Amino acid sequence: MTDLFIFASATAELAENVLPLGITEGGAWLLRNAWIIPLIPALSFVGILFFGKRMPRQGAELGVAAIGIAFVLAVLTGAAWMDHRDNYHGDEVTQAVIAVDHGDAADHGEGHAPEHPSLAVSNTMTWFQVGGMTISVGVLVDGLAVMMLFVVTLVSLLVHIYSTDYVGGDRRYTHYFAFLSLFSASMLTLVISENTLQLLVAWELVGVCSFALIGHWWEEKPNSDAAMKAFLTNRVGDMGLLVGITVLFFSVGSALPDAFGSFSIATTNTLANSGLLSHTALLVSATCLMAAVMSKSGQFFLHTWLPDAMAGPTPVSALIHAATMVVAGVFMIARLYGVFFEGFSIGGSSINLMAVVGGLTTLVGASLAFVQRDIKKVLAYSTISQLGYMVLALGVGAWTAAVFHLFTHAFFKACLFLGSGSVAHAVHSFDMKSDMGGMRKAMPHTYRTFVIGSIALAGLPPLAGFWSKDEILAGTGGWGLFGGTGGNGAYTGMLIMGMVTAALTAAYMTRVIYLTFFGEFRGHGEIHESGPRIVVPLWILAGLAMVAGLFNLPPGFQLVPESMQERFGHYVEPAAAYFPGISHASPSWSLAIFSTLVVMAGAGSAYWYYFIKVEAAAKASGQSLTELSNGPTSRWPLAKMGHNLLENKYYLDHLYTGIIAEGTKGPLARAVYRFNQQVIDRTVDKVGETAVVSGQFVYDKIDQLLVDGAVNTSGRLASEAGGELRKIQSGKVQSYAAILFAAATVLAGILIVIV
Amino acid sequence: MENLLDSWGLTAATFVPMLGVALMMFVPKEKEDLHKKIALVTSLVVAVIGVLLLVQFDLDATGQLQFAVDHMWIDVINSHYAMGLDGMSLPLVLLTMLVVPLCIVYSWDHFPAPANPKAFLMLILILETGMIGTFMAQDLVLFFVFFEVVLLPMFFMIAVWGGEDRRYASLKFFLYTLFGSALMLVSFLSLYFLSGAESFVLTDLAQAVAENGISRTAGLWIFGGMLLGFGIKVPMFPFHTWLPDAHTQAPTVGSVILAAVLLKLGTYGFIRIAIPVLPEAAVEWAPWIGLLAVVGIIYGALGCLAQTDMKRLIAFSSVAHMGFVMLGISTLTDFGINAAIMGMVAHGLITGMLFFIAGSIKERYHTLDIARLGGLLLKAPRMGWILGLSVMASLGLPGLAGFWGEFPAILSTYNPANGLPVETFRTYMVISALGTVLAAGYLLWLLQRTAFGTPTEEFADLDIPDVTRHEWIAWTPMIALILAIGIYPNLIFRVTDGAVDASLNECLQVNTQEMSAEDIEALHCAPVYNLGSGAHVVDEHAVSGD
Repeated sequence: MTDLFIFASATAELAENVLPLGITEGGAWLLRNAWIIPLIPALSFVGILFFGKRMPRQGAELGVAAIGIAFVLAVLTGAAWMDHRDNYHGDEVTQAVIAVDHGDAADHGEGHAPEHPSLAVSNTMTWFQVGGMTISVGVLVDGLAVMMLFVVTLVSLLVHIYSTDYVGGDRRYTHYFAFLSLFSASMLTLVISENTLQLLVAWELVGVCSFALIGHWWEEKPNSDAAMKAFLTNRVGDMGLLVGITVLFFSVGSALPDAFGSFSIATTNTLANSGLLSHTALLVSATCLMAAVMSKSGQFFLHTWLPDAMAGPTPVSALIHAATMVVAGVFMIARLYGVFFEGFSIGGSSINLMAVVGGLTTLVGASLAFVQRDIKKVLAYSTISQLGYMVLALGVGAWTAAVFHLFTHAFFKACLFLGSGSVAHAVHSFDMKSDMGGMRKAMPHTYRTFVIGSIALAGLPPLAGFWSKDEILAGTGGWGLFGGTGGNGAYTGMLIMGMVTAALTAAYMTRVIYLTFFGEFRGHGEIHESGPRIVVPLWILAGLAMVAGLFNLPPGFQLVPESMQERFGHYVEPAAAYFPGISHASPSWSLAIFSTLVVMAGAGSAYWYYFIKVEAAAKASGQSLTELSNGPTSRWPLAKMGHNLLENKYYLDHLYTGIIAEGTKGPLARAVYRFNQQVIDRTVDKVGETAVVSGQFVYDKIDQLLVDGAVNTSGRLASEAGGELRKIQSGKVQSYAAILFAAATVLAGILIVIV
Repeated sequence: MENLLDSWGLTAATFVPMLGVALMMFVPKEKEDLHKKIALVTSLVVAVIGVLLLVQFDLDATGQLQFAVDHMWIDVINSHYAMGLDGMSLPLVLLTMLVVPLCIVYSWDHFPAPANPKAFLMLILILETGMIGTFMAQDLVLFFVFFEVVLLPMFFMIAVWGGEDRRYASLKFFLYTLFGSALMLVSFLSLYFLSGAESFVLTDLAQAVAENGISRTAGLWIFGGMLLGFGIKVPMFPFHTWLPDAHTQAPTVGSVILAAVLLKLGTYGFIRIAIPVLPEAAVEWAPWIGLLAVVGIIYGALGCLAQTDMKRLIAFSSVAHMGFVMLGISTLTDFGINAAIMGMVAHGLITGMLFFIAGSIKERYHTLDIARLGGLLLKAPRMGWILGLSVMASLGLPGLAGFWGEFPAILSTYNPANGLPVETFRTYMVISALGTVLAAGYLLWLLQRTAFGTPTEEFADLDIPDVTRHEWIAWTPMIALILAIGIYPNLIFRVTDGAVDASLNECLQVNTQEMSAEDIEALHCAPVYNLGSGAHVVDEHAVSGD
């Protein structure tokens, strides 16, 4: 879209008809050329594909090296961005503006910046031209993109290293690393996408990598079923993405004087913020895009693929289905926040689709995490629940809180997944109830890192999850006590859902820790701690799970100097025209203390049940128990029903797989095909037969007597044209042809006479 | 050299295959190797001519006919030998020139029963002449002749080298398309007489229609005849039933050519003849074409889900994919028709690949019953991965060619040309988006049941050779193009965009929002375009009207 940008200094007269985009085409080399970061793993993918099998370590070394370089570059890019954010003074020469159709908009887009604006760095080139317009491809680098680059490359690097041990000796080791590389490249492309079309391409590519890696062991049907389910569910959401992007494309075009559409993210957001796009169009596209978010980021009611996706290798679950790909939906909302903020009227409201979806998801995920035997499924539902938190936060206007939670969650959830993989590596199973228990002694490192990750997830201070979750709760603006409010509206309902989830999260993680690491070992064989390539990544992630929260200490937090507060927000949240003017909630001591008490209550009740009651019962019976034989579900019918509902995952899978998918594949498809064969095709056959019969009649009764000459002529013409072919022509075909052409001539005559 | 290409390039490209055929007629049937070599060399010569044409092609004037020749041909009926190449025909011509030699290479060592390479290869070369000629002809009679030339070789290919039910399938194919051709001929003749054009040359006809006018009823009837003629070839729902039979029964190479090129003759007819010559009738027919297109998308997909035979499934998927192409065409916009041409090329490459693979599987397993296949990835991993890639391309994965035919078509439906009902087309958009989900469904289901899992018991111990050398040669260029176009779609759009723009009537495309009433008056657009008169223009951007 470069040709759409003009530079303000050039034409002062246009000043009334232009909007600043808050992006610049200048900036440090590393920022302008961030496309190199995805390029490296992309090359590595090609390299592994063609030469991987011949390498001494079967291609793994190439994958690790590539993502390692990408990580270093991402860190350097991050540093460059920090410098850019603080020191790059975009003046009118370097700040890109866009020509718009109406002149009255300039006053809408003005700064949300208390300080000088953060100018995102944009660098584009032409991708293709069609329909008289140019579609570009390029990078849009700002705090959000840089943060994502860091998270993706870091987690991916750790997962690569971990995988060299975890999937060592696998039947498709090389293939596995090739897809890890392709995934990393696609995901990195996604986070620096300059326009929605590029985003869509990367979005689908990460989806297909996810498909391939979930189905990594495709010999077993459940695995390929899970991969199919993931892909198809995401396709359902992608319908929304296709339609949403299309609506945005044209509604942006209607606001521009010289183009009928535009995919540019910065342009779209700026126009949305400035009120130049119709609210209806924004609402429609935001709702459609929401469908894509629901499938990609596992939001209720399109979340059902994510737990099944655990059929893939565990490091894949950590990378794709916890830390990176599943947050793509959250990222997209954050990226197109102007559209969502205006479309859902987030500011000054108290309820909207996004907040409700997020709130319900967080509850649904947390409740389902309770009844799983499979440790990875607990974590999967937990991921759903935490993604719900992020969407909820975006829905209430707490942008930085959501993005910060994305950041912290990536570390502690990856830590937990890799921890579960370490356990499973030892016992060759994911079933907590039948094959685990008492593993803290044999696996001290895994145990400690897992507990750290759990506390971070549960959200107890001062670990990472506490800070980001607390920000989200404060951001709902629903906490009226003691002055801690002032968000974008009073989303009290969302605050309550978030609180309940906090308690549930602490409780189910306590259950997991008990079932896995306490009690007596219920599995078979000798277990011992995993090797360094597994343990070291665990400790790195655990370390980050401890300290990541400190990057964004709340403003006005009296215990630290001001220069250490809100560092994450300062560098990540855009202060530019393409970002909507959101209000920030002020944090509250009372809310922080209350939520901590809620978490402790949740953890405490699970502790009382497992560590005291079950443990005592186990001692009494001399066995290793996982639940009380006379627990609530066996005593109270209502609890039993609730438990059944959860065991059946709210019956959503029955609806989707059993009714919708099977119904389409079975009765509906068969009915359509029967219609095809019995009705349409039979009609064709009948028409053909009738034609033959009447043709015979015409030939016998009319042709021979009346139009003999005419047919002879056309027949002769056909023979001459046929030439050599005549010898092999069957007489039948020839006479059909002759009759048809004669008929055509007659028909043409009739038509000309009539009309 | 340049001059030679200018005056003889297109004629040579079209008729060099016939030289090969003539040569082969004098070679006895038993010298099979010689026949193969002659056929291959002939098709390669054609391909080289194609490359030369491409090199000489002026990419800045894609909207003009290049290398054009125009001689009086049959002066009794004012028919000309008029040939030309522009941005709309170039990609399809090159596709044809690519697919034919690859098909010859593919069938090198295994001609389908009853073998007879001489006859088989001659038919392929005759086909090539017909296909290239159709894409280059600029005169309706010439177009018609080439269009029909294609028919017979394909008929014989199915009837002689086909599967068990070949008689029925081949006759159905022949009669059905012939029926369409007859109506098409009716339309051509009526168009010529009613418009009072000087000749059958397309530009003359378009000019005559624009200047002398043609009654609305006549225009609708004539367009309707073409709709049937071209629509049967595409095939559009509900005229598609010949396709699954023909594809299933045809030999592998026949299926490939049928899918890759023959179906495009129909869609090409729409954008080359029907819409440019009769834009006003097109506006009135477009909503119905769009309707049949989206019905085809959903219907074809559901049909696929009911299939148990791999080849028949792929055949049915063509109905759905060509639905996307027709949807793009029905918008009558620059964007949509570009997407349609992209869709034609992509479908040609991708579905061609799928038929190649199906043929190779059939050769190895002697069945295409999906329930009996399985574990291809274990038996022949390379072929399994190629199947995976083709399936992904077919379901419209971005980064591969299929996506660029599908998404822009959906996109263009949001904002159809002037005079088309916006709400109706937006409904089509949503329905067609649903088609992408179903496409993923049937294709991945196919992949899962053939490639994943473990081989069924009957094939567990069978030795299945992986991709052979001939297969590699035939497939590599197609895969490379699927990837190249997928990553850089400008390879096609750069060529087509100018030509599509030039082919569309201005009244379809003008943006009335930016114009004054006088300017709109000055265009003299028919009421059917619904341009209004400036000040009280119907708002095209319904949702942006707010």
